[in-house]
Amino acid sequence: MKSKYFGVLVLIMVLYYTTNAVWAGNIGIKGSTTVLPIAQKVAEAYMKEHPDVKITISGGGSGNGIKALIDGTTDIADSSRFIKDKEVKQAVENGRYPVPFAVAHDCIVPVVHPSNTIDDITMEQLKDIYMGKVENWKDIGGPDRPVVVISRDTSSGTYEVWHTKVLREERVFPGALLQASNGAVVQAVSNNKNAIGYIGLGYLEENVKDLTVNRVRGSEETTLNGTFPISRPLYMFTSGWPEGDALNFINYVIHPQKGQKYVSEIGFVPLY
Amino acid sequence: MKTGYKKGKARQRRELAIRVGFFCVALASITTLTLIVVFLFMEGLPIFSKVSVQDFIFGKYWYPTDDPAEFGILALIIASLTVTAVASAISIPLGVMTALYLAEVCSARIREWVKPIVELLAALPSVVIGFFGMVVVAPFLQDIFGAATGLNLFNASLMLAFMSLPTICSISEDAIFSVSKELKEASLALGATHWETIWRVTVPASISGISTAVILGMSRAIGETMVVLMVAGGAAMIPGSLFDPVRPMPASIAAEMAEAPFRDDHYYALFATGIVLFLFTLIFNMVAENISHKYRQVGAATL
Repeated sequence: MKSKYFGVLVLIMVLYYTTNAVWAGNIGIKGSTTVLPIAQKVAEAYMKEHPDVKITISGGGSGNGIKALIDGTTDIADSSRFIKDKEVKQAVENGRYPVPFAVAHDCIVPVVHPSNTIDDITMEQLKDIYMGKVENWKDIGGPDRPVVVISRDTSSGTYEVWHTKVLREERVFPGALLQASNGAVVQAVSNNKNAIGYIGLGYLEENVKDLTVNRVRGSEETTLNGTFPISRPLYMFTSGWPEGDALNFINYVIHPQKGQKYVSEIGFVPLY
Repeated sequence: MKTGYKKGKARQRRELAIRVGFFCVALASITTLTLIVVFLFMEGLPIFSKVSVQDFIFGKYWYPTDDPAEFGILALIIASLTVTAVASAISIPLGVMTALYLAEVCSARIREWVKPIVELLAALPSVVIGFFGMVVVAPFLQDIFGAATGLNLFNASLMLAFMSLPTICSISEDAIFSVSKELKEASLALGATHWETIWRVTVPASISGISTAVILGMSRAIGETMVVLMVAGGAAMIPGSLFDPVRPMPASIAAEMAEAPFRDDHYYALFATGIVLFLFTLIFNMVAENISHKYRQVGAATL
């Protein structure tokens, strides 16, 4: 009898370890460069807690991430936009059913020098400014100073939001100063009383003044209730309802005290 | 007799080993450099299947992530050239005159003090100079000159001038200092004043060294990345005045490479920009080489 129990025990242990070895595979994450810092930061913390799990992360843009999901070459696709109908169709044809998880929100606020008397700006005015049509602040009710337009490099995710939400796919005029990071924009705006720039909500500091857009102030609250116009949710897509490590990871990302803590640390708006 | 023969053999072998060793080291560094150049061209040339060379170099609009994208780097090339030109206009007179002062005019004690200080300037990390330009010079330009933005062509040129000044000054000073005493003494003996000797004898005798210094300083300025990334403003437009923001080639490459998708058109275009930059610095260095050969003084006064 005893040996029989022992045999079962051994079997269970063998099963446990082998399946564990199978599950303790890799999670592949690919997609949007905007979501990339979130994925990286959370994955680092997750791997510290689960040393047996290996997560590989690459960028490449939302479209590439979703394409990889459709082809089955990634477990999780990061995306800064919702999946398109065409992509869903392709995925279903390949026998995959994309499942979206909102993991954070992105909120971009326009900022000016604290000495600027303007407090509110409309989306149309923002668009005109970034297309180079407004050359002096007095044209939109501000002081008599030239407008210095500060934008982000065209490959950044923040620029992408601005490009779709504010510029509505029009081009930023060539005279705009392009800065490489949110921090550089803050630095440039705080040093120039003529400047206007835009940054992620998490980078807002005392030495720049944020403008209300259409009389709505950018904040976590207005982002989550959808009234602030320059914001968007960020997603992770899985193929079918996730299982095993992928499920654990997604749960970790949207956990209020775990993943979401890092989301706000790196300047995004957390889900709750 | 036998041991002597053996010793000779051993020495020969050692000579050979040393020769082969040095050859391998030289080969390794040259191969690495060649491979980097090959890599640069391999990653840059594919863009020309999408954009013609002419459109790439003379295209006025740089919108690499738009759909459809536009890859025209004329504004970037002009930015690089103007920034370098203005920086040279500031640093060449300052550098050469400082070198003349140090080598010919001042006392040995002052020279002992000042030369290391000038050379110390070369040790300043470019990011520090960039930061200085950003937080000190930029607001100054806005307040004093009323420039719309302090991050502009002039600021970048000024910072680059600071960076190339030590190179120009130090190398020219070496060249001027090495002009032989006989030449100068002969000139003074013929009744020329100190100033006439400097202007008519010392400078012409060291012109090859000075030119080399100038060109090396300029190629440092055109290839410098961090400073222009921080203080040039980054607007990809053809500047209309000294106080317009510009986007030189190295700044564009540094800012965009991190987020350009691997082997995408944008990625290729950035490498192609790198090729153009490489060709510019190559031309600069060839000109420097050429000048230093052409004006090489035969005799004592060579660098």
